[in-house]
This record gives sequence, C-alpha cells and structure tokens, in this order.
Amino acid sequence: MTDTRDADIPIRRKVQEKTKAADRGGPAQPLVIARDLKCHFPVRKGVFNRKATAVRAVDGVSFTVEKGETLGIVGESGCGKSTTARLLVGLTGLNAGDLIFDGDRLGEDLSLKELWDGVQMVFQDSYASLNPRLTIEETIAFGPKMRGVASGAARRLSHELLERVGLAPGRFAGRYPHELSGGQRQRVNIARSLAMKPRLVILDEAVSALDKSVEAQVLNLLKELKDEFGLTFVFISHDLNVVRYISDRIMVMYLGEVVEIGPVGSVWDKRAHPYTAALFAAMPSMDPDNRTEVPPLLGDPPNPIDPPSGCRFHTRCPFAESVCSAAKPKIVAVDGAQGHEAACHMLDPVSGHSKSAGGAHLEAAE
Amino acid sequence: MSHTTPNLLDIEGLEVRFHGERTVHAINGLDLTLKPGEVMTILGESGSGKSVTLKALLKLLPEKRTAMSGAMRVDGIDVMALTGRALSDYRGKTVSMIFQEPALALDPVYTIGDQIAEAVIRHERVSKREAMDRALDMLKRVRIPSPESRLKNYPHEMSGGMRQRAMIALALACKPDLLLADEPTTALDATVQIQVLLLLRELQKEFGMGIIFVTHDIGVAVEISDRIAVMYAGNIVEEGSVAEIIKDPRHPYTKGLLEANLHDADPSETLTSIPGSPPPLDVKPDHCSFAPRCAYAEARCFKALPPVLKPGPGRRVACILEEGRAPVMTPAREPEPA
Repeated sequence: MTDTRDADIPIRRKVQEKTKAADRGGPAQPLVIARDLKCHFPVRKGVFNRKATAVRAVDGVSFTVEKGETLGIVGESGCGKSTTARLLVGLTGLNAGDLIFDGDRLGEDLSLKELWDGVQMVFQDSYASLNPRLTIEETIAFGPKMRGVASGAARRLSHELLERVGLAPGRFAGRYPHELSGGQRQRVNIARSLAMKPRLVILDEAVSALDKSVEAQVLNLLKELKDEFGLTFVFISHDLNVVRYISDRIMVMYLGEVVEIGPVGSVWDKRAHPYTAALFAAMPSMDPDNRTEVPPLLGDPPNPIDPPSGCRFHTRCPFAESVCSAAKPKIVAVDGAQGHEAACHMLDPVSGHSKSAGGAHLEAAE
Repeated sequence: MSHTTPNLLDIEGLEVRFHGERTVHAINGLDLTLKPGEVMTILGESGSGKSVTLKALLKLLPEKRTAMSGAMRVDGIDVMALTGRALSDYRGKTVSMIFQEPALALDPVYTIGDQIAEAVIRHERVSKREAMDRALDMLKRVRIPSPESRLKNYPHEMSGGMRQRAMIALALACKPDLLLADEPTTALDATVQIQVLLLLRELQKEFGMGIIFVTHDIGVAVEISDRIAVMYAGNIVEEGSVAEIIKDPRHPYTKGLLEANLHDADPSETLTSIPGSPPPLDVKPDHCSFAPRCAYAEARCFKALPPVLKPGPGRRVACILEEGRAPVMTPAREPEPA
C-alpha cells in the first residue's frame, strides 16, 4: 500500500476514525441486508393517465453485503441491476421490502439523510453527473460544505482527495468538467464520493464508458482506495471480466430477480444457473483459433412489464420443461462453496425437472 | 502485393483535418488496403480516428469544416473525386454502413419495410412491389422472427437487437461490395452482441463482401475479423492477422492494450495499464504519437515519425523496436514543412 506517502495519512485517519465510530454492528453484522426488495414503475395510459400496468424492475430481490467486500452485480440491460443500486442509495423509493444498513432499518431507525452519510454512488456517465458550472474543486467540496464543514477545510479536503485520485490539485483544481478527459472526470466523481466519507460506495457501470487502457488505471485506483479507506463496494457492470477482477462475490440478475449469487470463483467455475452459463458463454472469445460458433442464447430478454410465468428464464432456456413455466424455482444451495445459491429447478431435487434427479451440473451446457 | 487479385479498397496517405474553433488532425497519413471478401477490424480507443476513417470513405464528413487529402479507391472508383449523383450511386450500392446506435440511424417516421425498399428502388430502379419483396427477403436473411409483420413496424416498436438486424438488412439490401461497421454491437447486451456478430459472419460468407469493422473491444475483433489494424492518434501503428496481433503483438501500444485487457486477469494482481492519455492532436504529429506514454521511448522517438516496418506479408509495425528484426521496407515519411 502507499503507506509511505505522508500527504494522504491525515485524510485516511479521519475517514477511519469516522468509520470506527459508525461501525455499530461489529464486523459480523452485514453492512447491508436487502430483504425481498420490490420496485415497480407504473405505466400510465389513456386520457385519465390511469395506472394501466407496471414495469416490475426489481421483483423480490434479497441479498447481503458484508463489511469490506465487493459485491458485483451482472445481468443484461433491463434486469434491474441499476434499479437495485438506486434502491440502495434511496434514489428510488421501495415499493416493498426492507433495507437494513448496519443493523438499522431504513425508514424506522435510519432516515434517508442519515443513510446518505454512509452511502455514495458513482455513475456511468462521468460528464452528466458533474455540474458543468462548478470547478472540480467546488464539486468535491460541495457535499462536505452542505454538511457544515467550513469552506476552508472543505477546500483542503478536496485538494487532498484530488491528489489521492491522481489529479494534481495545482493543475486540475480550477478546471471545469468539460476541460477533462473521461478518465479524469471519473476520477473526480470517485473523489467526490469519498469526500462524504462513505462506508459503502455503489459503482454503477463506473468504468464502462472508459477506454480499455484508462479502465485498467481506474480499476487499480478503486482497489487501492478500497483498502486504504476501508470501503465496501457494490460494483455493477455488464462486463463480466471487470466484475470478476474486482469482486469477492457476484450476483447474477435476470428480469428483476436474482438467479445466482455466490463467491466469484465458485460462480465462475460452476455456472450453476443456465442463464449464468449463457451469459458467460456470450463473452467474446480471445482465442482466434477457437471462435464462438453458436450463440448461447437466442432473441432478446423479454419485456419486464409482463414477465414470463414460473421461472422467468424459461422462454430462452435450452433445458426448459413444463415445470419451469408452471412453478417459480426455489433458491437452493449449490454444492461446493459456502454461500453459493441459485434459483433453478434443475438444482432442486424435488422440483420434478427431469435433469434434477441426477443432480448433475448441466453437463449439456458445457 | 499480387496483381492477380486487385484490392477492393486502397487508401494511400489519407489525411483528414477538421478546422473550426480549434484544429484537429484526425487522420495523419493513413495507408490501408483490403482484399475482396476480407474482414478487417480497426481497433482503437476513442479519438484515434477509426470512425473518421469510415466516414471519410463515404464522404460523410462535413464538407466546409474538413480538409481531406490523399487517395481512396474502392473497386477502382476514385472516392475523392465523387460528387452529386455519382456519390449517391456509390453510397449504399458500392459501400454501405451500419452504425452504433440503430435507433438514431433509422428514420423514425417510416416503417422498416419502406426504408429498405427506398434504397432498393433508388439503386436498382425496380417497382415498389419488387422492392418490398426484397425487403422481406432481407429481413428473413437477418433472421428477424415473423418478418411479414416486422416489415410494417416502425423502429421504436423493435428492441435494440432487432433494430440492429434491421439496419444490417438495410445496409445489405443492394449487395454492396464493402460494408463499413462502426461499433455496431457496442450498445447491445453481450448475449445479443454475439448473435449479431455471428450473423454478420454468416452474411459475409453468403454475400462475399469485404467488411471494415470498427471497435474498441479486442474480444469482438477476434470474433469477427481476419485481420486487425491497431489505430492510435490518427494512424495505424500495427497491422496483421488476428492470430499475429493477439499472440505476437510488436508495437508497445498493442502490447499495452492486450495487457490492460481483463480477460483472465488475476484479481490479486494490479492491472498493467498504459500510463497517461492519448494526445490532443491539435498539431500534426511530427514524431511518434505514442512516445510520451511508451516505456521504450528513446530520444529519436521524439524527433521523427517512426519507420513503418514490414516483418512479414500483410504485417506492419510503426516502431523503431522492429528495426533489428525486420528490413525497412518503407522509409519514414518526412514531416511536411510547416
């Protein structure tokens, strides 16, 4: 680690002290417990703007985020991964379910304002998420100032953070967002999120818009900052390689539901759910002698307004049987690694799926 | 280069400069050739000039603000000299293009069928009925389910993957000799992206056209192409077959790109990344544009443009590091006197 750098010691200490003070539940208490989260967006129709139906963006999602880990969320567009992120920050209201942040239930023990003391978010579009009329120094100092930090101290903090994310304050502090490159802007967004001294940082496709060579720089920076400030990350991306590199655990979503969750190595090796297997197989091959010949999935994901019955993946699943459209699969433990779970009839010995009895792991998917 | 099979595409010393509030030297002396039926990927980061190259080939760049020089020939047609009716005949018939964002490239007020038929009528002077039959046939070829009803759909009624298929149908309706594809799968989900890539590969075999495919994703380049040209700061720094570029990269920039790739990256190790960012291109490069970011840069890298060396057939590397390994085939281009 960069312990030899004197410049960032004070700021790191400040953040760690605050984290210690706020760590109420102790190390065993998960930082976030999400229980049966639901978020439905109404679709209005007709002259009277009546609620006709709803987009079921997030439909019964449960997971936990342990302290100090990185949870990666993957899935196709429309699977609800970004909505899940927005629910965690309180940017979108919950329709049902509980969010428990270090033992405190959001809404009862914890107000939104208190939640925002501990949770920050970095978005995909680095330009749209910065105020074009503020210099980047003002942007980073804005949050602390709003929370009562004197403007001199806020400015100093913003300089320290700029230095830490690799932007020399002397050169960059007075610049406006349009004077920076995409990678530099994303560094500013990261610095801004750290200025609020968060415990949880949600990164929603934070490196997706960057060029490959810059992406690697920003990922390295994120890993360093996580260790240094003792952060917990929720990392959302459609790029499986990025998620694999940065995450400890990985959660695969499909049409508003969790289909598989577990330690990254175990999910990567087993690919217990057929959707996970297909998603991984859809990654372009890096071997010119071994190119993909058959697309792993046909068609587009169905519309979340009217999701398929039973298992939502049955319309595209190569192993679908009648039970798949009739009954919703239970979440069952996958053999091997602790905490690896998937929702598929084939893994459930009592589901009645013809492939379930043998309990074999999708030999056909290989 | 054998003279028995003439090249489908020849670009020699292409330079594109945009002037306006500030001047940008987008393309600086680009040479590129393509054989009939060959699939070439131009790999590069944003601002490297890969999209500008494609647009220059269709003369889609704003005329008043663009200064172009050099030579471009497709099928023996001198693209630089094309204007008016000859240019309209060329666009869509000889060369056509698919774009990254099909929702923006398709016209929202006409049905898919009408848009495809319009192109067919313009180029082949057939009746509306025949043109619609061709449109239907094209939708079948790009494997759009229930093509009869999709023919009457507007672009907003289709999903992203479906729209991209419709745009491919439109681009191929007049059987062009050369298809330009500007990041056509970047906006799509991974599961749909691979479907579109495999479809393009099949259609290429079926129609036998040449394709220039532009992407920043090495994985996509491996899936689609025969050859890869790596572009940096408005010029090609390395070119070779897919296997050569992936297994034996020679230019430090190509090596850096491959190392920064996260495929099979070890989570416990720090990623190797290329330090710094690409140059702004306000001035025409008079030395190696990559030198400021290059770990192997020497004093002479900052003095003159690098030599273009050809270590093998169809292979070229613009770097002094190749000098010991291969004979110099092309002398370094002298910077023009300012």
